Order: sequence, then C-alpha cells, then structure tokens
Amino acid sequence: MTGGQVTELVVFLILFGLVTVLGFVAARWKAGDGLNHLDEWALGGRRFGGWVTWFLVGGDLYTAYTFVAVPALVFGSGALGFYALPYTVVLYPIVFLPVLRLWSVSRTNGYVTPADFVKGRYNSPLLALLIAITGIVATMPYIALQLAGLESVLRTIGLNGHGLLGHLPLFVAFVVLAVYTYSSGLRAPALIAFVKDILIYLVIIVAIVYLPAHFGGWSHIFDQAATTLAKKSPTTGKPAGSILLTGTNQLQYATLALGSALALFLYPHSVTGVLASKSRNVIKKNMIALPAYSFVLGLLALLGYVAISAGVKPLVNGATGKPDTNTVVPELFAHTFPSWFAGVAFAAIGIGALVPAAIMSIAAANLWTRNIYKAYLHRGATPAQEARMSKLASLVVKFGAVLFVIVIDPQFSIDLQLIGGVLILQTLPSVAIALYTRWLHAWALIAGWVVGMGWGVYLLYTIPAATGKGHFGGSALALGKLSIIGWHPFGTSTTQIYVGIVALVANLVVAVVVTAILRAVKAPQTPDSTLAADYHAEEGDPLRTPDQALVG
Amino acid sequence: MSSAPPPHPPADRGSGLRWSAWNLLLLLPLLMLVTPWFNRATPRLAGLPFFYWYQFAFVIVGVACVWIVYAMTRKPARRAGSDAAKGARS
Repeated sequence: MTGGQVTELVVFLILFGLVTVLGFVAARWKAGDGLNHLDEWALGGRRFGGWVTWFLVGGDLYTAYTFVAVPALVFGSGALGFYALPYTVVLYPIVFLPVLRLWSVSRTNGYVTPADFVKGRYNSPLLALLIAITGIVATMPYIALQLAGLESVLRTIGLNGHGLLGHLPLFVAFVVLAVYTYSSGLRAPALIAFVKDILIYLVIIVAIVYLPAHFGGWSHIFDQAATTLAKKSPTTGKPAGSILLTGTNQLQYATLALGSALALFLYPHSVTGVLASKSRNVIKKNMIALPAYSFVLGLLALLGYVAISAGVKPLVNGATGKPDTNTVVPELFAHTFPSWFAGVAFAAIGIGALVPAAIMSIAAANLWTRNIYKAYLHRGATPAQEARMSKLASLVVKFGAVLFVIVIDPQFSIDLQLIGGVLILQTLPSVAIALYTRWLHAWALIAGWVVGMGWGVYLLYTIPAATGKGHFGGSALALGKLSIIGWHPFGTSTTQIYVGIVALVANLVVAVVVTAILRAVKAPQTPDSTLAADYHAEEGDPLRTPDQALVG
Repeated sequence: MSSAPPPHPPADRGSGLRWSAWNLLLLLPLLMLVTPWFNRATPRLAGLPFFYWYQFAFVIVGVACVWIVYAMTRKPARRAGSDAAKGARS
C-alpha cells in the first residue's frame, strides 16, 4: 500500500463507519408498532413520503451498476454501453401507470411482494410459487453486481490480495451490512440513501466539472477514445468497439434499453420501494423527478471515455489474475484526484453498492417468507415469526450473492445484471399484464413461463465468453445463432439482440396461444380475489382483510 | 392493455380500466429507441457527438411527457364514478 492509498482507506473507513452508525440509529426512525411485524421491517410501515421515496427508489436504481459497470462497458466497447441512458428515459413513461395500479391493489389487499399480487389475482399456488422463485434467483446476480462494484473499490485502495484472502475485505463489509439490515429493516437503507446521494452528487459534480477540462475537453476525449477503440484487439482480431453504434449492435442497443426498462419494476426490490411510499401522488411525483438521475447516469457513463483518454489500465484482480474492467473508474479517480477526495469518491461508490444490496436482499427475503415459507412450510406463522424468517433469509441471500461473485466471473460485470434481467422478464405476463387484464389463463401463464425461462437460460448457456469458449459469457445473441428446434429463421445474420427480449416474446406467444386453446375448450378459470376499485384505491381508502377479499 | 371490460362476473370484479387519451403521450419517449435516427457523430455540441447530446436531450422529452400526463389526468380521475369523495379526501 502506498501513502496515498492509506489516506484513501482512512477516509473510506470514516465515512463507512458513519453510515454504519446511521444504520443502527435507523431502527428508531419513524418507528411504528415495532420491527417484529413484516410490514414494519420490510416496508417501513408503508409511510414513506416523497423525499424518502425519491432517495429510496433512486438508491435502488442507481447503484454500482451506474458507477462501475456501465462506465466499464463504455470503456471496453464504446457506444453500446450508453444504452443505460435510453433505458432510464423510456423506463418512467412505461411504468408510470402500471406501478400506480400495483400500489393501490397491494395496499388494499396487504400485498408485500409481486408474488402476493399474483396469488390474489389468479389464486394459483403454482404460478405464485414460480413468480417468487424467479424473483429470488434473479435478484442474486444483481446483488452480486453490487458486490463486484464494492470489491473493485477495495482493490483499488490496495486490498488486492491473492486467492481466497483477496475476498476478505468483501466479507467484512458485508457482515457490517448484514448486521444492521438485520436489526433495522428497510429503514437502514432508506436513511443511508440520503448520505449516499449527497456523497455521490458531490463526487459527480467534481468529476464532471474537473475531469473533462483536465484531459483536454470532450472533443479531444471523444477523438482519442475513437482512435483507441478502433485498434484491433490482439486476441480477437477485431476492434474493441466504437463511439457510434455499428451495423450489428443497433438492435442490441434498443433491446437492451427496452428490456432493462421492462425488467426493472418487476424486480422485487423495486416493488418494495414503490409499496413503501404512502400514496399514489408520492409515486406520480417521483416518476417525474427520478429522471434527474438519468443525466447523472449518462455523464457517469462518459467517464468510461475519460478513462480511455487518461490512459487508465484496469487493475489486475489479485484473486483471478485477470484485468478487472470494473476498476477503471476507481483507478481514474485514484490517479487524478488528491488521495483524500479519492477516498470520498470510493466511499460514495461503496455505500452506493451497499444501499441497493440491502434493499434487494430484504425484498428477496420477503418473497421467501411470504410466498414459500408461509405458503408451504408453516401456514400458521405469526407476523413475528414471519419477520424473523425474513431477517434470516436476507442473510442467506446476501451470502449467496457473495458466493456468486467468487464463482462467476464474466468479462463485464454488467452481464450479471443483464442475465438477472432475462430471468425476471419472464414474470412480466403474470405481474404487469395481470394488472390490466385477466384474459391470459393461469395455466397459459405457467406454460409461457416454462418456455420463456427454459429457452432464455438455454440461449444464455450457448453464449461463449470473450475468449470464444465457455458458457454464460454475456447476454447478446447473434440472430443467426437463434434456432427454433433446428430452424434458423434469421439465416446467418450477425445482428445482435438482447436474449431477454427474445425469451419474453416466446413467453408471450405461448401464453396467448395456450389461453386461446383453453378458452376454446372452456377450461375452468381460477377465481380473482381483487376488485376493480382496488386498482385505484387512494391513501385513506378502506383496507380489506383476506376473508373479506374472498367474499368480495 | 385491452380497454374492453373483462368477461367474468360479478360486475365489480375485473380490472377497472380508466382511459385517457393523454396516456398516449407516454409512448412518445419510446421513439428514442429508433437508433438510425441519431447514430451520427455530427453536429457536435460542446464536443459531444450528436449520438450523445441527442439522447441527453431526450431526458427532457421523457420528463415532459410524464409530467403532462400527470397534470392532465389528475382531475378526471377524481371525478370518475363513485370515487369522487375518496379522491377529494386524499
């Protein structure tokens, strides 16, 4: 460790210690009936107003993904990585109306998870179970992405050990996170999100004002990035990328943006952020205000080009022995900022990874407790038992994600999130479409899920790593490789597409066809426990108990 | 997103769709996904190639569309049907 790195580490630890204290204090913030009730622990008592929701949902969306993974993709392949900006622009118009319906129906009927809603809407235990399992599994790689981001910071500070020891700082950080999430529930990340955002805005403003001028202005930075990306890679013989889209990745760009936008509010943690707000109006205003983060996200993505222009070389990961592109932004900060400010920036990135990781693990734990533990293992569980089960499950999910980081090592960490997206998109027909209509039959939704999930995972399996060998190497598929039982509808096309959209289309086609068949043979429908008015309920409208719901 | 009422009784079951033509405005930001329209380097703005500043500008389009739909659909939603009293209260 150099002297500069020691300063960075000290600043990092001070700020990290501060948020840890905040995490413990959070347990008493706006406390209600006590954290032994799941609504209290997991949804902060459904009392969060506009500002808290803004920070909380913002904390969900703008994560290590934004600060580490997106710039790393821009650094490695150019314009393609900028898809994250259109993703966050089309996101809010798409979800604006559906999330309001979800909030209302969930509040009236006491739903905590997306699978709760599916259970109430379709009364199909199997469908609800599939939605719950999908949510838990799809969240894990997303948490793993946060861990990879945090790890890149720790390695840049100099904690870049070899072998299993190299992962030690990660374990320590996560034990801290796990303990205070365990004791404070959703209030911990909600309160810490304030600190996180203040730190991040500070770092961004400095980075965006100072760095481009320091490296000769945007014009020069883009010219240099274009030259560097155009150089042919010695391993593949092809250029690494370009600052504009090429003939083969335009469709990939659009489908990545659209697929990511459709996927985001299907993730259990985004649903948690929405359900914790206190009224429809809070959500509406947030949908208008949240894109303020999009500007920041776009500017951060461009730091990938600044890093190219600055000649940053990704740090070699001590544990794997390979260059880790996740480290390009931390390395850029370490080389251009004074040590103390680099420390502040690292703390911002680190805390920015922990907040969403906490929210994600709470949400995945809720799915386990409500839709698997209570539905199958212990039907008569009391609210206190439920809350205890969720707390324990949140620990298990976090450590599952730690293992994910150690075992899986894609070229770009962003692919962790995109693989999760392929999985979670398969719940769109059962959750998002069901908010509007019950035309799709429960068994058709199950059939669609099986086909979409099976095919999606198979296609991911066939994608080799950058070296040309191996599996699960990314999320982009050449259309020519797309085969339907041996039939290649797109010939030998090299145009790339995001696997998530392909699998979702297959899912929808199957769901519609099977529904048409089931309706033609007049197959019996499962009952609906929700009422039309539930989807427009406002704050203050009467709630219904489960018994009343069945009577209607 | 069918606007037809769901086929199964009783009447208060189903989806309770409320339609406003203003909602169509939410489709406008999707035009941002038509990449051939902006996959160009020039003209540059403050050094940024067209591809980049065009998309930054679309952030404003997205915000404007959601804001207009929010503002224009507020009143009708409150007047609608039996929810008038409830809507006014919140």
